[in-house]
Amino acid sequence: MREVDGRTKVSRRVFLRSTATAVPAAAMAAAGMSISPDAAWAQDAKTLTPQTMATLARMARDIYPHDRLADVYYITAVAGYDAKAGTDAAFRKMVETGVAQLDEKARLSHKSPYLMVAWEADRVALLELVEQGPLFKKLRGDLLVTLYNNKEVWPKFGYEGASADKGGYINRGFNDIDWLPQV
Amino acid sequence: MATFDLNDDSVVCIVGSGAGGGTLGNELAQKGIKVVILEAGGRHEIADFVNDEWASFAQLAWGDMRTTSGSWRVARDFPNLPAWIVKSVGGSTVHWAGASLRFQEYEFRARSTYGNMAGANLIDWPITLAEMEPWYAKAEDKMGTTGTNGIPRLPGNNNYKVLEAGARKLGYREVHTGNMSINSQPRDGRGACQQIGFCFQGCKSGGKWSTLYTEIPKGEATGNLEVRPNAMAVRIEHDAQGKVTGVVYVGADGKQQRQKARVVAVAGNSLESPRLLLNSESAKFPQGLANSSGQVGRNYMRHTTGSVYAAFDRPVHMYRGTTMAGIVRDEARNDPKRGFVGGYELETLSLGLPFLAAFLNPGAWGRSFTSAIDDYANMAGLWIVGEDMPREQNRVTLDPKVKDANGMPVASVHFDDHENDEKMRNHAYRQGAAIYEAVGAVRTFPTPPYPSTHNLGTNRMSANARDGVVNKWGQTHDIKNLFVSDGSQFTTGAACNPTLTIVALAIRQADAMAGMMSRKEI
Repeated sequence: MREVDGRTKVSRRVFLRSTATAVPAAAMAAAGMSISPDAAWAQDAKTLTPQTMATLARMARDIYPHDRLADVYYITAVAGYDAKAGTDAAFRKMVETGVAQLDEKARLSHKSPYLMVAWEADRVALLELVEQGPLFKKLRGDLLVTLYNNKEVWPKFGYEGASADKGGYINRGFNDIDWLPQV
Repeated sequence: MATFDLNDDSVVCIVGSGAGGGTLGNELAQKGIKVVILEAGGRHEIADFVNDEWASFAQLAWGDMRTTSGSWRVARDFPNLPAWIVKSVGGSTVHWAGASLRFQEYEFRARSTYGNMAGANLIDWPITLAEMEPWYAKAEDKMGTTGTNGIPRLPGNNNYKVLEAGARKLGYREVHTGNMSINSQPRDGRGACQQIGFCFQGCKSGGKWSTLYTEIPKGEATGNLEVRPNAMAVRIEHDAQGKVTGVVYVGADGKQQRQKARVVAVAGNSLESPRLLLNSESAKFPQGLANSSGQVGRNYMRHTTGSVYAAFDRPVHMYRGTTMAGIVRDEARNDPKRGFVGGYELETLSLGLPFLAAFLNPGAWGRSFTSAIDDYANMAGLWIVGEDMPREQNRVTLDPKVKDANGMPVASVHFDDHENDEKMRNHAYRQGAAIYEAVGAVRTFPTPPYPSTHNLGTNRMSANARDGVVNKWGQTHDIKNLFVSDGSQFTTGAACNPTLTIVALAIRQADAMAGMMSRKEI
């Protein structure tokens, strides 16, 4: 069967222009972009705090955890929240309140903010306490698009996206399964 | 291409350009009858289609506001998207998968066959399979349905091969790549299927039949058909005698226009068609047009659906090739020993990664969900299409509060599964899982119904005027020059994808309508 190569592809040229805008996520992943308030991407936030941005990215990862995806895809998935908070005061308040409530629950049970709770299972238990709240609902719904509709993640799940421009699959493995029992 | 005057009251005005309206329009045009089709959506041609689920949804889907109620899960997960249908020239024939199945004989006689089902509002169709057979034959020839007219079936893709192997292991016998209105070889000026996938996003090769690039251009070529896109019908008008006189619509410029007409045919799919009749209420018809029975909007059916996805320890790549690539028909029979009446088909289905994430288990999160998505490349999938029970309280009404951009009340859709629907779905979930487990599935996912693609029954056909909205020709019982031409005519839903029957009924209706016109009955 024809398999899909899900490895991250980064060219040297992409590395060199990594300070430009619209940097491919793959390039940022290779550059060691991680979920931390100290990371440059979080520090670059204009309206929300680096701590809030990092918390959103951690929430995103805990809501839809895929070990095959580097942090950068979760960071990319929540990046738009900073800009939206800059133009929509109600949205900003909703995000900041939601993060504050989550941190408060984390401090009660773990004496640290959500971001610093070490085990995923413990963070998931905290998310379950807020899953009916507006921030969780909004973020989970948005992630369906901002995470799974990111074309860069598709090959990592073996999904190839558009095919008409490649002539369809008629000569590219539409019927190449080779492991089924004979019937 | 013809252009007709707004005051030309000799035209037949059809609302909607999909399987019903598009086919009726061409058939009438071929007979020399002047037709204006009002289509609410824009005209997106093959070159405009995109192999991208969300982008295509934004381009083609009916996204105007609707509301929901009832115990169906769609009301919770997608409260403003009860139906996944198309607002574009070609209607849902742009989006449909291509499955073209004839009703079985007993499925036209649901009430007689199933008896008096408590909580259901069953009647028999006023027509029989024998009456429909010649029209089915015309429809299959028109659409180029595989497995008919000497047209070979399509080759099976990976998703089909998994289904077939599992089904044969279970002992199922009627397993094949279906009767699909998708060209397996060039036909009727259209090429053969390129196994692109993305059948739901508009066929980029034109191999799949759609009124957009078959019926509509053929009708336009006669000089008798005008398709007016971006024309949202808001009201059908009538005269003092109660005959309809034309359709008021809002055009692309936001201005109201009035197309006069000799005959009006409503084909806006089963949510918009009853909505239009109800919104056309008047002093003479205070309950809405054609609604003396009170049945307009009632008996809404959506098929007993659901999906079973299954993960294997090796790759499948289900998304490669036709979306609906094959079928198991053995359960499509009436065998009450299974615990329910009526039957169901199992048909392969695949979704791309973005839509699988949205529909596999709406609202789910965490590792149970993401470990399923992690298996995307190793997944196979099928869809259940079963007959559901018509119920009076499953209905489309006008929302008392919510209005659209034109100030018209939106459609509100209420649905509760009948006990028979639930038993059938659970049976189908078990059989679907068993098929995949027979060939080594490591995990199966009984996936809830998507927003409805098969919307049926809300202006149903009945022998007796008190039981339904239209007669056996799709002509309303109350108003002789007002017709219904889409799936809302369906008396019952049968265990098959509805498009072939909608097209066959439209060809038949065109014949009947032309006869009535030439005899000056309408």
